[in-house]
Amino acid sequence: MNTSLAANINSFLAAMVLLTAFGMLVQRRMYGLIHLFAWQGFFLSISTAIVGFVAGAHHLYISSILTLSLKVILLPYILHILIQRLKIHKEVETIVNVPMTMMIGIALVIFSYHLTAPVRELSTLMTRSTLAVALATVLLGLLMMITRRHAVTQIIGFLAMENGLFFAATSATYGMPLVVELGVALDILIAAFIFGIFFFHIHTTFDSLDVDQMARLKEED
Amino acid sequence: MILYPFIIEVFQILLVLAVAPAFAGWVKALKCWSQGRTSPGLFQPYRDIIKLFSKDVVLAENASWIFRFTPYLVFGVSVLAGGIVPMLSVDLPLAATADVIALVALFAIARFFTALAGMDIGTAFGGMGSSREMTIASLAEPAMLMAIFTVSLASKSTSLSQMVQVIYSGQSVLRPSVAFALLAFILIALAETGRIPVDNPATHLELTMIHEAMILEYSGRHLALIEWAGMMKLFLFVMLGIAVFAPWGIAASGDLTAIPAAVLFMILKLAIVGAGLVLIETGLAKMRLFRLTEFLGSAFLLATLGMLSYFILE
Repeated sequence: MNTSLAANINSFLAAMVLLTAFGMLVQRRMYGLIHLFAWQGFFLSISTAIVGFVAGAHHLYISSILTLSLKVILLPYILHILIQRLKIHKEVETIVNVPMTMMIGIALVIFSYHLTAPVRELSTLMTRSTLAVALATVLLGLLMMITRRHAVTQIIGFLAMENGLFFAATSATYGMPLVVELGVALDILIAAFIFGIFFFHIHTTFDSLDVDQMARLKEED
Repeated sequence: MILYPFIIEVFQILLVLAVAPAFAGWVKALKCWSQGRTSPGLFQPYRDIIKLFSKDVVLAENASWIFRFTPYLVFGVSVLAGGIVPMLSVDLPLAATADVIALVALFAIARFFTALAGMDIGTAFGGMGSSREMTIASLAEPAMLMAIFTVSLASKSTSLSQMVQVIYSGQSVLRPSVAFALLAFILIALAETGRIPVDNPATHLELTMIHEAMILEYSGRHLALIEWAGMMKLFLFVMLGIAVFAPWGIAASGDLTAIPAAVLFMILKLAIVGAGLVLIETGLAKMRLFRLTEFLGSAFLLATLGMLSYFILE
Protein backbone atom coordinates (compact mmCIF):
# COMPACT_ATOMS: atom_id res chain seq x y z
CA MET A 1 0.00 0.00 0.00
CA ASN A 2 1.55 3.31 -0.95
CA THR A 3 1.58 6.17 1.51
CA SER A 4 -0.61 8.60 -0.39
CA LEU A 5 -3.43 6.07 -0.70
CA ALA A 6 -3.13 5.28 3.01
CA ALA A 7 -3.20 8.97 3.85
CA ASN A 8 -6.26 9.28 1.66
CA ILE A 9 -8.10 6.43 3.39
CA ASN A 10 -7.01 7.78 6.75
CA SER A 11 -8.40 11.23 6.07
CA PHE A 12 -11.63 9.67 4.87
CA LEU A 13 -11.88 7.76 8.15
CA ALA A 14 -11.12 10.99 10.00
CA ALA A 15 -14.02 12.59 8.18
CA MET A 16 -16.25 9.71 9.27
CA VAL A 17 -15.12 10.16 12.89
CA LEU A 18 -16.04 13.84 12.64
CA LEU A 19 -19.39 12.96 11.09
CA THR A 20 -20.24 10.52 13.91
CA ALA A 21 -19.21 13.16 16.45
CA PHE A 22 -21.71 15.57 14.92
CA GLY A 23 -24.29 12.81 14.68
CA MET A 24 -23.97 12.17 18.43
CA LEU A 25 -24.37 15.86 19.09
CA VAL A 26 -27.86 15.88 17.58
CA GLN A 27 -29.07 12.32 18.18
CA ARG A 28 -32.10 12.15 20.44
CA ARG A 29 -32.52 8.45 21.04
CA MET A 30 -30.38 6.51 23.50
CA TYR A 31 -29.81 3.46 21.30
CA GLY A 32 -29.03 5.61 18.29
CA LEU A 33 -26.44 7.40 20.37
CA ILE A 34 -24.76 4.18 21.45
CA HIS A 35 -24.69 2.90 17.88
CA LEU A 36 -23.06 6.12 16.71
CA PHE A 37 -20.50 5.83 19.50
CA ALA A 38 -19.73 2.26 18.44
CA TRP A 39 -19.30 3.37 14.82
CA GLN A 40 -16.92 6.11 15.90
CA GLY A 41 -14.81 3.55 17.75
CA PHE A 42 -14.90 1.31 14.69
CA PHE A 43 -13.60 4.02 12.34
CA LEU A 44 -11.00 4.93 14.93
CA SER A 45 -9.72 1.38 15.23
CA ILE A 46 -9.46 0.91 11.45
CA SER A 47 -7.64 4.23 11.13
CA THR A 48 -5.21 3.19 13.89
CA ALA A 49 -4.54 -0.13 12.20
CA ILE A 50 -3.83 1.58 8.86
CA VAL A 51 -1.49 4.08 10.46
CA GLY A 52 0.25 1.23 12.27
CA PHE A 53 0.66 -0.68 9.02
CA VAL A 54 2.03 2.22 7.01
CA ALA A 55 4.28 3.63 9.73
CA GLY A 56 5.52 0.19 10.74
CA ALA A 57 4.57 0.90 14.33
CA HIS A 58 3.35 -2.52 15.31
CA HIS A 59 2.25 -1.62 18.80
CA LEU A 60 -0.55 0.33 17.11
CA TYR A 61 -2.11 -3.00 16.10
CA ILE A 62 -2.57 -3.77 19.77
CA SER A 63 -4.10 -0.32 20.34
CA SER A 64 -6.39 -0.92 17.40
CA ILE A 65 -7.56 -4.28 18.75
CA LEU A 66 -8.00 -2.74 22.21
CA THR A 67 -10.14 0.03 20.71
CA LEU A 68 -12.17 -2.48 18.75
CA SER A 69 -12.87 -4.76 21.69
CA LEU A 70 -13.36 -2.00 24.25
CA LYS A 71 -15.08 0.84 22.45
CA VAL A 72 -16.95 -1.02 19.76
CA ILE A 73 -18.06 -4.11 21.65
CA LEU A 74 -17.64 -3.94 25.42
CA LEU A 75 -18.59 -0.34 26.33
CA PRO A 76 -21.63 -0.17 24.04
CA TYR A 77 -22.69 -3.54 25.45
CA ILE A 78 -22.37 -2.30 29.05
CA LEU A 79 -24.30 0.88 28.20
CA HIS A 80 -26.92 -1.23 26.45
CA ILE A 81 -27.39 -3.40 29.53
CA LEU A 82 -27.52 -0.33 31.77
CA ILE A 83 -30.19 1.30 29.66
CA GLN A 84 -32.27 -1.87 29.72
CA ARG A 85 -31.88 -2.37 33.47
CA LEU A 86 -32.77 1.23 34.22
CA LYS A 87 -35.70 1.04 31.75
CA ILE A 88 -34.78 4.25 29.97
CA HIS A 89 -34.56 2.70 26.50
CA LYS A 90 -37.67 4.45 25.24
CA GLU A 91 -36.62 7.81 26.53
CA VAL A 92 -36.20 10.55 23.95
CA GLU A 93 -34.14 13.40 25.19
CA THR A 94 -35.08 16.96 24.46
CA ILE A 95 -32.17 18.90 23.11
CA VAL A 96 -31.99 22.66 23.26
CA ASN A 97 -31.90 24.30 19.85
CA VAL A 98 -30.27 21.83 17.48
CA PRO A 99 -29.32 24.32 14.70
CA MET A 100 -27.56 26.50 17.26
CA THR A 101 -25.61 23.52 18.61
CA MET A 102 -24.61 22.63 15.07
CA MET A 103 -23.35 26.14 14.40
CA ILE A 104 -21.28 26.08 17.59
CA GLY A 105 -19.95 22.69 16.47
CA ILE A 106 -18.88 24.11 13.11
CA ALA A 107 -17.21 27.03 14.89
CA LEU A 108 -15.33 24.53 17.06
CA VAL A 109 -14.09 22.69 13.98
CA ILE A 110 -12.82 25.93 12.44
CA PHE A 111 -11.22 26.87 15.77
CA SER A 112 -9.37 23.58 16.07
CA TYR A 113 -8.23 23.82 12.45
CA HIS A 114 -6.83 27.24 13.18
CA LEU A 115 -5.21 26.03 16.40
CA THR A 116 -3.48 23.05 14.83
CA ALA A 117 -2.33 24.84 11.68
CA PRO A 118 1.19 25.58 13.08
CA VAL A 119 1.62 21.94 14.12
CA ARG A 120 0.58 20.91 10.65
CA GLU A 121 3.34 23.07 9.17
CA LEU A 122 5.99 21.53 11.43
CA SER A 123 4.98 17.90 11.30
CA THR A 124 6.17 15.52 8.62
CA LEU A 125 3.92 12.62 9.52
CA MET A 126 1.40 11.30 7.02
CA THR A 127 -1.36 11.78 9.60
CA ARG A 128 -0.66 15.45 10.36
CA SER A 129 -3.83 16.71 8.69
CA THR A 130 -6.11 14.62 10.92
CA LEU A 131 -4.90 16.37 14.07
CA ALA A 132 -7.47 19.14 13.57
CA VAL A 133 -10.23 16.53 13.35
CA ALA A 134 -8.98 14.87 16.53
CA LEU A 135 -9.03 18.15 18.45
CA ALA A 136 -12.46 18.95 17.04
CA THR A 137 -13.72 15.55 18.25
CA VAL A 138 -12.49 16.33 21.76
CA LEU A 139 -14.20 19.73 21.72
CA LEU A 140 -17.41 18.28 20.27
CA GLY A 141 -17.49 15.67 23.05
CA LEU A 142 -17.09 18.49 25.54
CA LEU A 143 -19.88 20.45 23.86
CA MET A 144 -22.08 17.37 24.09
CA MET A 145 -21.39 17.06 27.83
CA ILE A 146 -22.33 20.72 28.28
CA THR A 147 -25.52 20.77 26.20
CA ARG A 148 -27.06 17.49 27.35
CA ARG A 149 -28.90 16.89 30.59
CA HIS A 150 -29.06 13.12 30.73
CA ALA A 151 -26.36 11.33 32.73
CA VAL A 152 -25.91 8.52 30.19
CA THR A 153 -25.55 11.04 27.35
CA GLN A 154 -22.94 12.96 29.28
CA ILE A 155 -20.95 9.77 29.80
CA ILE A 156 -21.08 9.05 26.09
CA GLY A 157 -19.83 12.59 25.51
CA PHE A 158 -16.97 11.87 27.87
CA LEU A 159 -16.10 8.64 26.07
CA ALA A 160 -16.25 10.48 22.73
CA MET A 161 -13.75 12.97 24.14
CA GLU A 162 -11.47 10.06 25.01
CA ASN A 163 -11.86 8.83 21.43
CA GLY A 164 -10.71 12.23 20.25
CA LEU A 165 -7.66 12.18 22.52
CA PHE A 166 -6.71 8.72 21.31
CA PHE A 167 -7.07 9.89 17.72
CA ALA A 168 -4.95 12.96 18.47
CA ALA A 169 -2.19 10.77 19.88
CA THR A 170 -2.25 8.60 16.77
CA SER A 171 -2.20 11.49 14.35
CA ALA A 172 0.34 13.65 16.17
CA THR A 173 2.95 11.08 17.13
CA TYR A 174 1.84 7.69 15.75
CA GLY A 175 0.40 6.74 19.11
CA MET A 176 1.43 6.82 22.73
CA PRO A 177 3.71 4.13 24.20
CA LEU A 178 1.90 0.86 24.69
CA VAL A 179 2.09 1.00 28.49
CA VAL A 180 0.27 4.33 28.55
CA GLU A 181 -2.41 3.09 26.19
CA LEU A 182 -2.99 -0.05 28.21
CA GLY A 183 -3.32 2.13 31.31
CA VAL A 184 -5.83 4.43 29.63
CA ALA A 185 -7.83 1.48 28.36
CA LEU A 186 -7.97 0.01 31.86
CA ASP A 187 -9.01 3.40 33.24
CA ILE A 188 -11.83 3.66 30.74
CA LEU A 189 -13.04 0.18 31.61
CA ILE A 190 -13.00 0.85 35.35
CA ALA A 191 -14.68 4.23 34.75
CA ALA A 192 -17.46 2.51 32.85
CA PHE A 193 -18.13 0.19 35.81
CA ILE A 194 -18.11 3.08 38.26
CA PHE A 195 -20.46 5.05 36.03
CA GLY A 196 -22.77 2.08 36.00
CA ILE A 197 -22.90 1.96 39.78
CA PHE A 198 -23.45 5.72 39.95
CA PHE A 199 -26.27 5.52 37.43
CA PHE A 200 -28.06 3.01 39.65
CA HIS A 201 -27.63 5.25 42.67
CA ILE A 202 -28.79 8.39 40.87
CA HIS A 203 -31.72 6.49 39.45
CA THR A 204 -32.86 5.08 42.81
CA THR A 205 -32.44 8.45 44.55
CA PHE A 206 -34.01 10.78 42.01
CA ASP A 207 -36.05 8.33 39.94
CA SER A 208 -34.53 9.89 36.83
CA LEU A 209 -31.17 10.32 35.21
CA ASP A 210 -31.66 13.99 34.48
CA VAL A 211 -28.71 15.66 36.17
CA ASP A 212 -30.59 18.95 36.55
CA GLN A 213 -32.35 17.38 39.51
CA MET A 214 -29.05 17.14 41.34
CA ALA A 215 -28.80 20.93 41.45
CA ARG A 216 -31.52 20.96 44.10
CA LEU A 217 -30.15 20.50 47.58
CA LYS A 218 -33.38 19.97 49.49
CA GLU A 219 -36.68 18.38 48.69
CA GLU A 220 -39.46 20.65 47.58
CA ASP A 221 -42.47 21.00 49.81
CA MET B 1 -18.10 19.00 -37.42
CA ILE B 2 -18.93 22.06 -35.33
CA LEU B 3 -22.60 21.12 -35.54
CA TYR B 4 -22.26 18.06 -33.33
CA PRO B 5 -22.62 19.88 -29.98
CA PHE B 6 -25.81 21.55 -31.16
CA ILE B 7 -27.31 18.26 -32.28
CA ILE B 8 -26.46 16.77 -28.90
CA GLU B 9 -27.95 19.80 -27.16
CA VAL B 10 -31.24 19.49 -29.02
CA PHE B 11 -31.27 15.73 -28.50
CA GLN B 12 -30.68 16.17 -24.78
CA ILE B 13 -33.53 18.68 -24.36
CA LEU B 14 -35.87 16.33 -26.22
CA LEU B 15 -34.63 13.52 -24.01
CA VAL B 16 -35.42 15.51 -20.86
CA LEU B 17 -38.93 16.22 -22.13
CA ALA B 18 -39.52 12.60 -23.09
CA VAL B 19 -37.81 10.65 -20.31
CA ALA B 20 -38.77 12.73 -17.25
CA PRO B 21 -42.36 11.37 -17.08
CA ALA B 22 -41.05 7.83 -17.57
CA PHE B 23 -38.67 8.30 -14.63
CA ALA B 24 -41.52 9.60 -12.49
CA GLY B 25 -43.54 6.57 -13.60
CA TRP B 26 -40.65 4.25 -12.72
CA VAL B 27 -40.41 5.68 -9.19
CA LYS B 28 -44.17 5.36 -8.77
CA ALA B 29 -44.19 1.79 -10.08
CA LEU B 30 -41.34 0.74 -7.77
CA LYS B 31 -43.13 2.33 -4.86
CA CYS B 32 -46.30 0.44 -5.70
CA TRP B 33 -44.43 -2.86 -5.85
CA SER B 34 -42.62 -2.20 -2.60
CA GLN B 35 -45.98 -1.63 -0.92
CA GLY B 36 -47.62 -4.66 -2.48
CA ARG B 37 -49.92 -2.72 -4.79
CA THR B 38 -50.43 -3.08 -8.52
CA SER B 39 -48.68 -0.26 -10.34
CA PRO B 40 -50.38 1.81 -13.03
CA GLY B 41 -47.38 1.20 -15.27
CA LEU B 42 -44.43 3.19 -16.48
CA PHE B 43 -46.49 5.26 -18.90
CA GLN B 44 -49.19 6.52 -16.59
CA PRO B 45 -47.61 10.02 -16.28
CA TYR B 46 -47.78 10.39 -20.08
CA ARG B 47 -51.45 9.47 -20.06
CA ASP B 48 -52.06 11.95 -17.23
CA ILE B 49 -50.37 14.74 -19.13
CA ILE B 50 -52.25 13.99 -22.35
CA LYS B 51 -55.53 13.88 -20.46
CA LEU B 52 -54.85 17.23 -18.77
CA PHE B 53 -53.92 18.85 -22.09
CA SER B 54 -57.26 17.88 -23.58
CA LYS B 55 -59.24 19.43 -20.74
CA ASP B 56 -60.49 22.99 -20.46
CA VAL B 57 -58.81 25.52 -18.23
CA VAL B 58 -60.91 26.79 -15.37
CA LEU B 59 -59.68 30.17 -14.20
CA ALA B 60 -60.71 31.99 -11.07
CA GLU B 61 -62.32 35.37 -11.70
CA ASN B 62 -59.66 37.32 -9.85
CA ALA B 63 -56.70 35.53 -11.44
CA SER B 64 -54.12 38.00 -12.70
CA TRP B 65 -51.53 37.61 -15.44
CA ILE B 66 -49.12 36.09 -12.92
CA PHE B 67 -51.37 33.10 -12.47
CA ARG B 68 -51.72 32.52 -16.22
CA PHE B 69 -48.06 33.19 -16.95
CA THR B 70 -46.52 31.00 -14.24
CA PRO B 71 -47.06 27.56 -15.84
CA TYR B 72 -45.31 28.64 -19.04
CA LEU B 73 -42.46 30.21 -17.11
CA VAL B 74 -41.98 27.18 -14.88
CA PHE B 75 -42.04 24.87 -17.87
CA GLY B 76 -39.67 27.06 -19.86
CA VAL B 77 -37.21 27.30 -16.99
CA SER B 78 -37.22 23.53 -16.59
CA VAL B 79 -36.51 23.03 -20.30
CA LEU B 80 -33.70 25.58 -20.16
CA ALA B 81 -32.21 23.90 -17.09
CA GLY B 82 -32.43 20.63 -19.02
CA GLY B 83 -30.08 22.16 -21.57
CA ILE B 84 -27.49 23.11 -18.97
CA VAL B 85 -26.92 19.93 -16.94
CA PRO B 86 -24.53 17.61 -18.80
CA MET B 87 -26.25 14.26 -19.23
CA LEU B 88 -24.87 12.64 -22.34
CA SER B 89 -21.88 14.73 -23.26
CA VAL B 90 -19.88 17.51 -21.61
CA ASP B 91 -19.70 19.35 -24.92
CA LEU B 92 -22.88 21.41 -24.54
CA PRO B 93 -23.15 24.92 -26.00
CA LEU B 94 -25.67 25.97 -23.33
CA ALA B 95 -23.58 24.60 -20.48
CA ALA B 96 -20.89 27.11 -21.35
CA THR B 97 -23.31 30.01 -20.93
CA ALA B 98 -24.56 29.16 -17.46
CA ASP B 99 -22.73 27.72 -14.50
CA VAL B 100 -24.18 25.93 -11.53
CA ILE B 101 -25.03 29.13 -9.65
CA ALA B 102 -27.15 30.25 -12.60
CA LEU B 103 -28.81 26.84 -12.52
CA VAL B 104 -29.78 27.27 -8.86
CA ALA B 105 -31.05 30.75 -9.71
CA LEU B 106 -33.18 29.32 -12.54
CA PHE B 107 -34.86 26.93 -10.12
CA ALA B 108 -35.30 29.84 -7.71
CA ILE B 109 -37.14 31.86 -10.39
CA ALA B 110 -39.53 28.99 -11.03
CA ARG B 111 -40.13 28.62 -7.30
CA PHE B 112 -40.64 32.36 -6.82
CA PHE B 113 -43.31 32.51 -9.50
CA THR B 114 -45.02 29.35 -8.26
CA ALA B 115 -45.24 30.93 -4.81
CA LEU B 116 -46.61 34.16 -6.30
CA ALA B 117 -49.19 32.22 -8.29
CA GLY B 118 -50.17 30.35 -5.14
CA MET B 119 -50.97 33.66 -3.42
CA ASP B 120 -52.44 35.31 -6.52
CA ILE B 121 -55.83 33.62 -6.31
CA GLY B 122 -56.22 34.47 -2.66
CA THR B 123 -57.29 31.08 -1.33
CA ALA B 124 -56.09 29.99 2.07
CA PHE B 125 -54.29 26.88 0.84
CA GLY B 126 -52.33 28.75 -1.81
CA GLY B 127 -50.95 31.24 0.70
CA MET B 128 -50.15 28.51 3.19
CA GLY B 129 -48.33 26.46 0.58
CA SER B 130 -46.38 29.50 -0.62
CA SER B 131 -45.27 30.42 2.86
CA ARG B 132 -44.11 26.86 3.57
CA GLU B 133 -42.35 26.59 0.24
CA MET B 134 -40.43 29.80 0.84
CA THR B 135 -39.49 28.66 4.36
CA ILE B 136 -37.99 25.51 2.93
CA ALA B 137 -36.35 27.36 0.06
CA SER B 138 -34.64 29.83 2.37
CA LEU B 139 -33.06 26.93 4.22
CA ALA B 140 -32.39 24.64 1.27
CA GLU B 141 -30.79 27.08 -1.15
CA PRO B 142 -27.79 28.09 1.01
CA ALA B 143 -27.14 24.44 1.74
CA MET B 144 -27.44 23.59 -1.95
CA LEU B 145 -24.95 26.29 -2.94
CA MET B 146 -22.61 25.21 -0.13
CA ALA B 147 -22.67 21.60 -1.34
CA ILE B 148 -22.04 22.68 -4.92
CA PHE B 149 -19.23 25.03 -3.87
CA THR B 150 -17.52 22.15 -2.09
CA VAL B 151 -17.39 20.21 -5.33
CA SER B 152 -16.38 23.39 -7.15
CA LEU B 153 -13.44 23.75 -4.77
CA ALA B 154 -12.33 20.24 -5.61
CA SER B 155 -12.70 20.81 -9.35
CA LYS B 156 -11.63 24.50 -9.38
CA SER B 157 -14.62 25.63 -11.42
CA THR B 158 -18.33 26.35 -11.15
CA SER B 159 -19.05 25.37 -14.74
CA LEU B 160 -20.83 22.04 -14.78
CA SER B 161 -19.01 20.76 -17.87
CA GLN B 162 -15.70 21.62 -16.30
CA MET B 163 -16.66 19.94 -13.03
CA VAL B 164 -17.70 16.78 -14.83
CA GLN B 165 -14.46 16.69 -16.78
CA VAL B 166 -12.28 17.14 -13.70
CA ILE B 167 -14.13 14.53 -11.67
CA TYR B 168 -14.16 12.24 -14.69
CA SER B 169 -10.40 12.38 -15.05
CA GLY B 170 -10.58 11.65 -11.31
CA GLN B 171 -7.43 11.89 -9.22
CA SER B 172 -9.09 10.13 -6.34
CA VAL B 173 -12.54 8.75 -5.69
CA LEU B 174 -12.24 8.74 -1.93
CA ARG B 175 -12.43 12.44 -1.15
CA PRO B 176 -14.06 13.18 2.20
CA SER B 177 -15.22 16.61 1.02
CA VAL B 178 -17.05 15.15 -1.97
CA ALA B 179 -18.62 12.42 0.19
CA PHE B 180 -19.98 15.05 2.60
CA ALA B 181 -21.22 17.14 -0.30
CA LEU B 182 -22.99 14.09 -1.74
CA LEU B 183 -24.80 13.41 1.55
CA ALA B 184 -25.83 17.06 1.78
CA PHE B 185 -26.95 17.04 -1.85
CA ILE B 186 -29.18 14.00 -1.29
CA LEU B 187 -30.92 15.70 1.64
CA ILE B 188 -31.39 18.91 -0.33
CA ALA B 189 -32.61 17.13 -3.44
CA LEU B 190 -35.27 15.39 -1.34
CA ALA B 191 -36.39 18.78 -0.03
CA GLU B 192 -36.21 20.60 -3.37
CA THR B 193 -38.15 18.01 -5.33
CA GLY B 194 -40.73 17.61 -2.57
CA ARG B 195 -40.13 13.94 -1.76
CA ILE B 196 -41.14 12.17 1.39
CA PRO B 197 -39.40 13.36 4.52
CA VAL B 198 -40.24 16.91 3.44
CA ASP B 199 -43.38 16.78 1.32
CA ASN B 200 -45.52 13.94 0.08
CA PRO B 201 -46.11 14.13 -3.68
CA ALA B 202 -48.86 11.51 -3.57
CA THR B 203 -51.42 13.17 -1.32
CA HIS B 204 -53.52 16.29 -1.16
CA LEU B 205 -53.87 16.25 2.60
CA GLU B 206 -54.66 19.82 3.67
CA LEU B 207 -52.39 20.08 6.66
CA THR B 208 -49.22 18.65 5.21
CA MET B 209 -49.09 19.51 1.53
CA ILE B 210 -46.61 22.12 0.35
CA HIS B 211 -46.13 22.03 -3.41
CA GLU B 212 -49.61 20.66 -4.06
CA ALA B 213 -51.15 23.48 -2.02
CA MET B 214 -49.64 26.12 -4.28
CA ILE B 215 -50.89 24.56 -7.50
CA LEU B 216 -54.28 23.54 -6.16
CA GLU B 217 -56.16 26.04 -8.33
CA TYR B 218 -54.55 25.01 -11.61
CA SER B 219 -56.40 22.92 -14.17
CA GLY B 220 -56.22 21.79 -17.77
CA ARG B 221 -53.11 22.58 -19.78
CA HIS B 222 -51.72 24.81 -17.01
CA LEU B 223 -51.72 21.91 -14.60
CA ALA B 224 -50.26 19.63 -17.28
CA LEU B 225 -47.35 22.02 -17.80
CA ILE B 226 -46.71 22.37 -14.07
CA GLU B 227 -46.86 18.63 -13.46
CA TRP B 228 -44.56 17.99 -16.39
CA ALA B 229 -42.16 20.65 -15.10
CA GLY B 230 -42.26 18.99 -11.68
CA MET B 231 -41.27 15.65 -13.21
CA MET B 232 -38.49 17.38 -15.12
CA LYS B 233 -37.26 18.98 -11.93
CA LEU B 234 -36.98 15.61 -10.21
CA PHE B 235 -35.23 14.22 -13.29
CA LEU B 236 -32.87 17.19 -13.46
CA PHE B 237 -31.89 16.94 -9.81
CA VAL B 238 -31.08 13.28 -10.31
CA MET B 239 -29.09 14.13 -13.42
CA LEU B 240 -27.29 16.96 -11.62
CA GLY B 241 -26.36 14.56 -8.80
CA ILE B 242 -25.11 12.01 -11.31
CA ALA B 243 -23.16 14.62 -13.26
CA VAL B 244 -21.44 16.04 -10.19
CA PHE B 245 -20.89 12.91 -8.11
CA ALA B 246 -20.88 9.93 -10.50
CA PRO B 247 -20.20 11.17 -14.04
CA TRP B 248 -18.90 7.87 -15.40
CA GLY B 249 -20.40 7.14 -18.79
CA ILE B 250 -20.97 10.74 -19.87
CA ALA B 251 -19.25 11.21 -23.21
CA ALA B 252 -16.16 13.39 -22.87
CA SER B 253 -16.24 14.88 -26.36
CA GLY B 254 -18.75 16.17 -28.86
CA ASP B 255 -18.63 12.89 -30.71
CA LEU B 256 -21.93 11.38 -31.82
CA THR B 257 -20.62 7.81 -31.68
CA ALA B 258 -20.20 7.96 -27.91
CA ILE B 259 -23.83 8.99 -27.38
CA PRO B 260 -25.58 5.56 -27.49
CA ALA B 261 -23.33 4.23 -24.71
CA ALA B 262 -23.98 7.41 -22.72
CA VAL B 263 -27.74 6.92 -23.10
CA LEU B 264 -27.43 3.32 -21.89
CA PHE B 265 -25.39 4.41 -18.87
CA MET B 266 -27.90 7.14 -18.13
CA ILE B 267 -30.85 4.74 -18.13
CA LEU B 268 -28.96 2.32 -15.91
CA LYS B 269 -28.08 5.02 -13.41
CA LEU B 270 -31.63 6.39 -13.47
CA ALA B 271 -32.98 2.95 -12.62
CA ILE B 272 -30.57 2.62 -9.70
CA VAL B 273 -31.24 6.13 -8.37
CA GLY B 274 -34.98 5.53 -8.68
CA ALA B 275 -34.66 2.38 -6.57
CA GLY B 276 -32.62 4.30 -3.98
CA LEU B 277 -35.23 7.05 -3.88
CA VAL B 278 -37.99 4.51 -3.28
CA LEU B 279 -35.94 2.91 -0.50
CA ILE B 280 -35.62 6.31 1.20
CA GLU B 281 -39.29 7.12 0.70
CA THR B 282 -40.64 3.83 2.01
CA GLY B 283 -38.16 3.76 4.88
CA LEU B 284 -38.96 7.20 6.24
CA ALA B 285 -42.08 8.89 7.47
CA LYS B 286 -42.96 12.42 6.57
CA MET B 287 -41.40 14.89 8.96
CA ARG B 288 -43.25 17.44 11.01
CA LEU B 289 -42.95 20.86 9.42
CA PHE B 290 -41.10 22.33 12.38
CA ARG B 291 -38.54 19.53 12.31
CA LEU B 292 -37.56 20.57 8.79
CA THR B 293 -35.22 23.25 10.10
CA GLU B 294 -33.20 20.46 11.68
CA PHE B 295 -33.32 18.35 8.51
CA LEU B 296 -32.13 21.19 6.30
CA GLY B 297 -29.82 22.44 9.02
CA SER B 298 -28.04 19.10 8.97
CA ALA B 299 -27.81 19.35 5.18
CA PHE B 300 -26.11 22.72 5.64
CA LEU B 301 -23.89 21.23 8.35
CA LEU B 302 -22.81 18.38 6.08
CA ALA B 303 -22.07 20.76 3.22
CA THR B 304 -20.05 23.01 5.52
CA LEU B 305 -18.17 20.03 6.93
CA GLY B 306 -17.40 19.02 3.37
CA MET B 307 -15.96 22.43 2.66
CA LEU B 308 -13.96 22.41 5.91
CA SER B 309 -12.63 18.93 5.32
CA TYR B 310 -11.45 20.07 1.91
CA PHE B 311 -9.16 22.53 3.70
CA ILE B 312 -8.32 20.32 6.68
CA LEU B 313 -7.88 16.91 5.15
CA GLU B 314 -6.96 17.39 1.51
